[in-house]
Amino acid sequence: MSRTLVVVGNGMVGHRLVEAVRAADVAGDWHVVVLAEEARPAYDRVGLSSYVDSWDAGALVLPGADHATDERVELRLGDPASAVDTERKVVTTASGAEQPYDALVLATGSRPFVPPVPGHDLPGCFVYRTIDDLDAIHAAARRARDGHGRASGIVVGGGLLGLEAAKALRDMDLSPHVVEMAPRLMPLQIDDGGGALLARLVTELDVTVHTATSTAEIVRDGNRLVARLGNGTDLDADLVVFSAGIRPRDDLARSCGLEIAERGGVLVDEQCRTGTADVYAIGECAAVQGTTYGLVAPGYAMAEAVAAQLTSGHPATFPGADTSTKLKLLGVDVASFGDAHAETEGALEVVVNDAVAGTYKKLVVSDDGTTLLGGVLVGDTGEFNTLRTLVGRALPDDPAAILSPDGAAGGGVGVDALPDEAQVCSCNAVTKGAITSAVHEGGCESVSGLKACTGAGTGCGSCVPLLSKLLDSCGVEQSTAVCEHFPQSRSELFEIVAGTGIATFSELIARYGSGNGCAICKPAVASILASLGTEHILDGEHATLQDTNDRHLANMQRNGTYSVVPRVPGGEITPEKLIAIGEIAREFDLYTKITGGQRIDMFGATVDELPRIWRRLVDAGFESGHAYGKALRTVKSCVGWTWCRYGVQDSVGMAVELELRYRGLRSPHKLKAAVSGCARECAEAQSKDFGVIATERGWNLYVGGNGGALPRHADLLASDVDSETLVRLIDRFVMFYIRTADRLQRTARWLEEMDGGLEHLRSVIVDDSLGICAELEAAMHEHVANYVDEWNAVLSDPDKLARFTSFVNAPEAPDPTISFRTERAQKVPVLLGTPEVSRS
Amino acid sequence: MNAGTVQANDRSSWTRVCSVDAVPQAGGVAALLPGGVQAAVFRVPSGAVYALSNIDPFSGAAVLARGIVGDTNGVPFVASPLHKERFDLRTGECLDDASVRVSSFDVLLDDGVVFVREPWP
Repeated sequence: MSRTLVVVGNGMVGHRLVEAVRAADVAGDWHVVVLAEEARPAYDRVGLSSYVDSWDAGALVLPGADHATDERVELRLGDPASAVDTERKVVTTASGAEQPYDALVLATGSRPFVPPVPGHDLPGCFVYRTIDDLDAIHAAARRARDGHGRASGIVVGGGLLGLEAAKALRDMDLSPHVVEMAPRLMPLQIDDGGGALLARLVTELDVTVHTATSTAEIVRDGNRLVARLGNGTDLDADLVVFSAGIRPRDDLARSCGLEIAERGGVLVDEQCRTGTADVYAIGECAAVQGTTYGLVAPGYAMAEAVAAQLTSGHPATFPGADTSTKLKLLGVDVASFGDAHAETEGALEVVVNDAVAGTYKKLVVSDDGTTLLGGVLVGDTGEFNTLRTLVGRALPDDPAAILSPDGAAGGGVGVDALPDEAQVCSCNAVTKGAITSAVHEGGCESVSGLKACTGAGTGCGSCVPLLSKLLDSCGVEQSTAVCEHFPQSRSELFEIVAGTGIATFSELIARYGSGNGCAICKPAVASILASLGTEHILDGEHATLQDTNDRHLANMQRNGTYSVVPRVPGGEITPEKLIAIGEIAREFDLYTKITGGQRIDMFGATVDELPRIWRRLVDAGFESGHAYGKALRTVKSCVGWTWCRYGVQDSVGMAVELELRYRGLRSPHKLKAAVSGCARECAEAQSKDFGVIATERGWNLYVGGNGGALPRHADLLASDVDSETLVRLIDRFVMFYIRTADRLQRTARWLEEMDGGLEHLRSVIVDDSLGICAELEAAMHEHVANYVDEWNAVLSDPDKLARFTSFVNAPEAPDPTISFRTERAQKVPVLLGTPEVSRS
Repeated sequence: MNAGTVQANDRSSWTRVCSVDAVPQAGGVAALLPGGVQAAVFRVPSGAVYALSNIDPFSGAAVLARGIVGDTNGVPFVASPLHKERFDLRTGECLDDASVRVSSFDVLLDDGVVFVREPWP
């Protein structure tokens, strides 16, 4: 019999509950009704600050949050619960609807705390909690920017959220001031020493910090506001954002008589049950045995516990929360874990404060100095994962040695010191023991194998370096060799070829490899030679190195025939050219299909027909589309402001420019790109290796997106850049990828596995931290200057043309195994028998 | 049924394919034999010439001549251009699936010219 679960609240935790119930409720016992206050499906509130990068609310929506395809879930947006009758088991919503329940879960979250400062409700005062809040702040910031010189904003509260808000204001071109009552920033997480360094580092980033002072009053001054601080300072500002903590939203629970914890929050037991039957509370509104949690991870754990009880009928408890925090605030790494404030009796602190390097590290240890209790890291949080798992355990070394960069093994704690129970991946609760047994018993030999086998590293990914170290310590050699012929990695081979100027495979393998090569190293080296050199890929001995499609500059299909794709830059094509493609396809009887990359694919050409087809295409003004190459494919575009009434830039023009710039460039894997003319993102740029989205002030550049089997949303690399900067950044990005990626590694996986991730990439190609940008740009200029159409070059070279024959001893004879039939008015291959298979 | 010696000899008579220089170094070419039979003729860096059936047994497509030629632990192979299964150039055995092999053809080099014939049945 179907039962009804009513979930009040559609935040991240409420959404996780629904997902967990639906995943476990195989039989479909539960009908789920979600009552949501906000008008949009659940979104990533933790990532709220990133909304400022794109102003695209869609990018924050959690996967599956609309439940569009799940008829067991009814999502009622914009109709919050207003009352609960726990006797009748009915929830009344704001619209007056009555919804009966068999089980009720309160996931109402929390509200921003606004201190009762006089003037706190003036126009221009905001809180920082929802997308709507940010939209309102954005509108005010825009008005302020239009008014006078540098606009400024005040953030009341210097905790984690306050610093997030300061970053958002800075990204909106406001000069931010942060006012914190405590003597330091992030008073809950870090100590005075860490706070002092953090204040110094964020001050360098254009944030003015006022600590140990309150906000006494906010008054209007013409169009602006003045905040009077307790220390006598008057701060002029265009807007004020209150970010002084949160309070559980327990008013609904209060009004229906549920018990409330002493310091607020719906009081629940360790199974998240309220005192009333079938009513649960989870997330920030819940006080588990009296304690509320303002982080998402404990909320998720509560959601999982309740989902397990609802679907299994067995008790499941909230396991308690690891309140360790590691985050990047305004570009500064900050972490705290365990007893960060040394509140344990007799606890000792060991501090290394390196003002020059800009790092502060503190370990809190037991009174005998042997057991790790907690710690604070500012400026460098590289040791966070290891140290966090050691909390409550014996330290493997003297605390000072662990903190010192000159300590054992360069400082830090080796993975060998971790006990088996230590949680390596906290997103998916994978212990060191589970990982080592996956290696020893499960035969995992790589990070990707461990990800697939244990799930470790598939959440936030911060433990990936640890996984690699664990593999090392298990004695697994993680070979980066290209294949049995070359002990080097692809990027090492790239540097060798670049450094030595070696121009042929045979010389490279003779000097740096062994044997005769294979189907792995030959195409890899061919790609490197093509990226670095200017010779045609079918010149001389290069020809036999090329992989299947490159070998005949066309895409081999299942019956040995080829498909042909001429370039259509940006997807823009004249009627004349469309007609030419149609005529050529008709003449050679080719199956035609529109591709996902906004061009036209013609199938069913035999190898000997390719030159004749291309003669016609070249004469009609077409050139190779490199659909066959590990190279730039297309730069897809929407129609942009030329036609579209929403467009804010010429997306087609930019797409054409980029496609013509990077056409023919060989890379470790194919490169796809797109340009959208506005935030509606019709070109799907965020699923591309590089994607460009127009803004009112320029372009946002996204990198590392992927469709395919492992989709990945691209990361924002730079925002509001002008066209020239955009092209320069893409030049650098693409060349850096070509130099350092593994063979057949798309930009998405390359970026995921990059040490330091997006921040590192940004530092290299935006801030030029390695000093290689001039080199990267020069390499791209070289490519652009030397581009020639590959097919045109073949047509004028008898030696190359001679390779496009069916049989060396009968060039005119057609391949007798190829035949076609008709399907939906076009020819398609007849599936081939396999007469030659002899299985013994 | 016994095909008989004379018939077998006819079927397996040598076909002149091309000059050895027309076979790319570490590459292959396709040749048409009597009866529509297709051979893939390969040359490896040592100078040796091999011939296999041109038909990829996994797909039925006549494509092996268009595969990449390489070696593994000294064994010369061609990798199918469709899904990269490797075949020992000397025997036709599939190195990635021991239960599969393609026909290996006889090769004769005469004064810089390559001749191929189907193997004895």
